[in-house]
Amino acid sequence: MSILDWFEKKEKAAITREKLNIPDDLWVKCFDCGGMLYLKDLEQNKKVCSHCNYHFRLTPLERITQLLDADSFVECNAEIAPVDFLSFSDTSPYKERIKKAQAKTIRKDAVITGTGKLLGQTISLAVMDFGFMGGSMGSVVGEKITRLIEEAIAKTQPVIIVCTSGGARIQEGLSSLMQMAKTSGALKKLSEAKLPFISILTDPTTGGTTASFAMLGDINIAEPGALISFAGPRVIEQTIREKLPEGFQRSEFLLQHGIVDLVVHRSQLREKIGQLLPALTAFRSKKTPKKDEL
Amino acid sequence: MKLLEFEKPLADIYEKIDTLKKISADPKQVHALENEADKLKAELFANLTPFQIVQIARHPQRPSTRGLIQLICSEFEELHGDRSFRDDPAIVGGIGKLADRYVMIIGHQKGTDTKDNIYRNFGMPNPEGYRKALRLMKMAEKFNLPIVTFVDTPGAYPGIGAEERGQAEAIATNLKEMIALQVPIVSIVLGEGGSGGALGIAVANRIYMLQYAIYSVISPEGCASILFRDAGKAELAAQYLKLTATDIVKLGLADGMIPEPIGGAHRDWQNTANTISKVIEKDLKTLDRISGMDLAEQRYQKFRNFGTFISS
Repeated sequence: MSILDWFEKKEKAAITREKLNIPDDLWVKCFDCGGMLYLKDLEQNKKVCSHCNYHFRLTPLERITQLLDADSFVECNAEIAPVDFLSFSDTSPYKERIKKAQAKTIRKDAVITGTGKLLGQTISLAVMDFGFMGGSMGSVVGEKITRLIEEAIAKTQPVIIVCTSGGARIQEGLSSLMQMAKTSGALKKLSEAKLPFISILTDPTTGGTTASFAMLGDINIAEPGALISFAGPRVIEQTIREKLPEGFQRSEFLLQHGIVDLVVHRSQLREKIGQLLPALTAFRSKKTPKKDEL
Repeated sequence: MKLLEFEKPLADIYEKIDTLKKISADPKQVHALENEADKLKAELFANLTPFQIVQIARHPQRPSTRGLIQLICSEFEELHGDRSFRDDPAIVGGIGKLADRYVMIIGHQKGTDTKDNIYRNFGMPNPEGYRKALRLMKMAEKFNLPIVTFVDTPGAYPGIGAEERGQAEAIATNLKEMIALQVPIVSIVLGEGGSGGALGIAVANRIYMLQYAIYSVISPEGCASILFRDAGKAELAAQYLKLTATDIVKLGLADGMIPEPIGGAHRDWQNTANTISKVIEKDLKTLDRISGMDLAEQRYQKFRNFGTFISS
């Protein structure tokens, strides 16, 4: 037995012990600092580690609950579903991947869209779901986001998209790439209608999603510590053959480099959006002054 | 001419032809061998696999943006820089004269040899390349010049500086702004249409692909290592991705395929250039009759309709 085996054995033992002592449903370990967190406290803290401020990933429903006024969300276009039109198959067929992801998330695809109220203001909201095939954007995500934006224009509503995505969905081939132009084009129309778009970038947002709607906010807000990039860190490391600096492509790095407007802690996110929106929409309710009033 | 792996059977015949020519043998004999070579070439190119097409699309002597501009334009002035950071040699652009009209031509540019490839970053643009392209396109809109773009890139460059200067933002902004430009845009994929780096200059009214060009959401190698967890499965990935001109046209994502001479465009630049300039001229004649606002709206609707899903 080599000394390496001994180390391996010791590590394994430690993991087993943890599993034995800590029931899954009561305590969790912070992915970042390793600190122990009582699940109820963590949930009350909006799933942010109380030791190190690590922001855990949220499910779309948790996100909607945190952002919107209670019971104000009305989902739309929920019926739009993906289809394996290329008969794509890698380590498992795309058809199977869809089925599995749908069973796991009880949703048709990787984004939920609808309208709701945020501190009393009516908004159009899209929340991406990293749990559904890595939040990848295929035809369904592209179509739902485009429809949300078009409907927001028709209803004169601001658009908020909470982004988290590994990029374009490879299993749908070039059609997925085209969703980047489609969603960005819809945002151009929103922009021409002078309706605000606030992009919320959460961990992780990469690839084709970043290189389309995610970066196009009138205001881009990142959650602390989120990985936000065009190319993934591994791809860059392989290309340049060096190790990347600490904090590279994290929210704070993007703020420094002028790519996001704000890094906002999850506990203040709802209030921050609530404060920003009126500034961008106030002109709509202003009456044009009559000549003699000038 | 560099022969690709699947073209190796041609090497023997070409070698024989060269030897015969050197010893000034009977021209009839040479001619017969040349015919044989042409026949074999036609056979080889009649049944290409997607991965073989990927190899042709990446051929180092594939017609490039600069090469084609020289062949299709009577005048051309290259314009440089994004007015902010630097001039990106991986994207070239400028005003050219095509038949009797002025056009803004923008395209990716790979290098012609190792030194040039390093200078051109192997045709992989940085954010300033996309920003230069957009600056030129906005200028084209202002002076009512139609825009022609040539696509040939492995992808946008994945580097530290590119991320620091907002590669994603630069591409996203191009997508958003190109949709609304009030002049005709015609895009032709010459070689590699590599993902977002390609789309960043290809939001067009008409999209064409050369016969052996590819257009894909990810490279077959990238797809193999991410999804198949085996970089060696690129050939299989190329099949599934449906990235050839035939497939992309069939999917409705490109308007047409531009035929190449037998043996590929790299064997006959002039012929390829003639075909391309005819396609552009014909399209611009049609697009000329459409108002700027309608051109933008048609472009939006074109991309709006891309995607396949179930909606019940």
